[in-house]
Amino acid sequence: MRDNRIEAVKRACALSAAKFENYSNHRNTSPLVREKGKLVKTSLQEAIERSAEILADSSYPVLYGWSSTSCEATKVGLELAEEIGGVIDNTSTICHGPSILAVQDVGLPGSTLGQIRHRADLVIYWASNPWSAHPRHMERYTALSEGRFQRSIWRRLLLAFHAESIRKRILRAASVAFKRRAPTSPLKETTAQPGTLPVEQRKTIVVDVRRTRSADVADYFLQVEPGKDYEVLQALRALVHEEELDIGEVGGVPAETLEEIADTMVDCRFGVLFFGVGLTMSRGKLRNVDAAIRLVRDLNMRTKFIIMPMRGHFNVTGADTVFTWQTGYPYAVDFSQGYPRYNPGETSVVDILQRGDSDAALVVASDPVSNFPRGATRNLVKNPLVVIDPHLSATALMADVVIPSAFVGIEAEGTTYRMDHVPLPLKKIVEPPEGCLPDEEILRRILQEVRRLRKPHASSLL
Amino acid sequence: MIGLLVSLLTGRTIDQGCGKEYGKLSKEYVENVAVCEMNSKDMEKLNIRDGDKVKVTTEFGSVTVTAKKSRRIRSPGIIFIPYGPWANLILTSDTHSTGMPLLKGVQAEVEPTDETVLSLEDLLTQCYGKEKSG
Repeated sequence: MRDNRIEAVKRACALSAAKFENYSNHRNTSPLVREKGKLVKTSLQEAIERSAEILADSSYPVLYGWSSTSCEATKVGLELAEEIGGVIDNTSTICHGPSILAVQDVGLPGSTLGQIRHRADLVIYWASNPWSAHPRHMERYTALSEGRFQRSIWRRLLLAFHAESIRKRILRAASVAFKRRAPTSPLKETTAQPGTLPVEQRKTIVVDVRRTRSADVADYFLQVEPGKDYEVLQALRALVHEEELDIGEVGGVPAETLEEIADTMVDCRFGVLFFGVGLTMSRGKLRNVDAAIRLVRDLNMRTKFIIMPMRGHFNVTGADTVFTWQTGYPYAVDFSQGYPRYNPGETSVVDILQRGDSDAALVVASDPVSNFPRGATRNLVKNPLVVIDPHLSATALMADVVIPSAFVGIEAEGTTYRMDHVPLPLKKIVEPPEGCLPDEEILRRILQEVRRLRKPHASSLL
Repeated sequence: MIGLLVSLLTGRTIDQGCGKEYGKLSKEYVENVAVCEMNSKDMEKLNIRDGDKVKVTTEFGSVTVTAKKSRRIRSPGIIFIPYGPWANLILTSDTHSTGMPLLKGVQAEVEPTDETVLSLEDLLTQCYGKEKSG
């Protein structure tokens, strides 16, 4: 830290370091409004008034985002949604939304990450790639962490890499000696078979449709054909129930391998299954997650097993939590009737946009233009669009009003939730640029302005 | 040249995550996100090399991105594009009443092309700009 600037970042993952070191690049610090097709600078007060007008005039606005801001801001957002009778949705809708639907159907045996760090002796990452999406997850909570009852696999990994490089060297020497072309060493299939590992050591299994970087670290990598997770999960359930499989392979995985995996699962003392959006975004969606949770439930008849979604965005878990304690529902909440209504598929933002039902939108700390499919994006940018975001994102470029805000956790304090629902209060470490308020404050002002605009209308009804 | 039929996966990469933090208008973001990771056998079939441009078409649209050889895609017939505005041009908004569009495992066709990769600004103006000004 020097002169209100971050000079260097220590002990952070690549994503975090990139965030802290670059947060001030491509930064827009003045509010913008669209006039004659161009975004022009304006005052904060005017931008807030203009946003309030857009929202107060609309009959079915969409309020979307929330996962990259604090719980406090989300709370104000919900108040605003109720006031204007809009639909409020967070990024779960295109992330772990189906997981939530499955959890509502069959429940979720969970724990905190600390439990996993200290006790888990079998860690499965299913259709998630922590190496890329949660770079410190393995290091802090699972395979590479040193728990009270479980050792880190660092030593074993280093030995394996060492052995591999020696093997390559011998191969190269041999090929020179025999004047043959050096055999291209294919990626190792597995570093070890499950079951052949010493019992007391922590094991990691990665299940995915492509060989991700996470798979390289794992003891065992299981490649499933795209869209076949459901079949593989159900086959494992059958095996855990000691049923026989009468076919040779399921979803590209040989039956023997599945049997081994099922044995490893049953034999562990504390297993955990982390699943990623690979299950929720491919065919079957919530049914895939449903099958995964049922598998874990079945395993709990024989051993201790828990399951946890690998939640992505910064504070998406917090957004869900705040939505739930305020309205009773975790996402896709519709206030158009005056009371909260929840029906994903109907009141979820992508469906509303796809149908072209909404007539305005407020986007907070999110970039749907980059993340929604084309049809939904087209209807989002067609209508008046207000964006509150510290970044000048693709959505901001298409907006009618852009209000820059302070970064939560860097320039503003706030509460956020970790993926295991542990709340983490974040500190403010630098002063935001002049004129940039926290999201919470901006939303509060818009809400105030909306209430002022709607007041005469409300009194005329009486 | 006939295109190659493949299954399209989208997802997160560490470069996409970092590129995003550098800013969505940065060069890094385009370089890391407007790419299509392919198996080397598929690239041979299409007679293209690392860094060549390919056009990926689905029933919902088409987009030009840079082909990138990836040893992480071990079976031919699968391509991977990181999440971002480029991938979204060829994905559907239909959610089968779950709120969640299908983002992985979409049928697609890949072919070499001479077209250039659109910058984020151009992409926005070309695909969504008209509605805004009109």
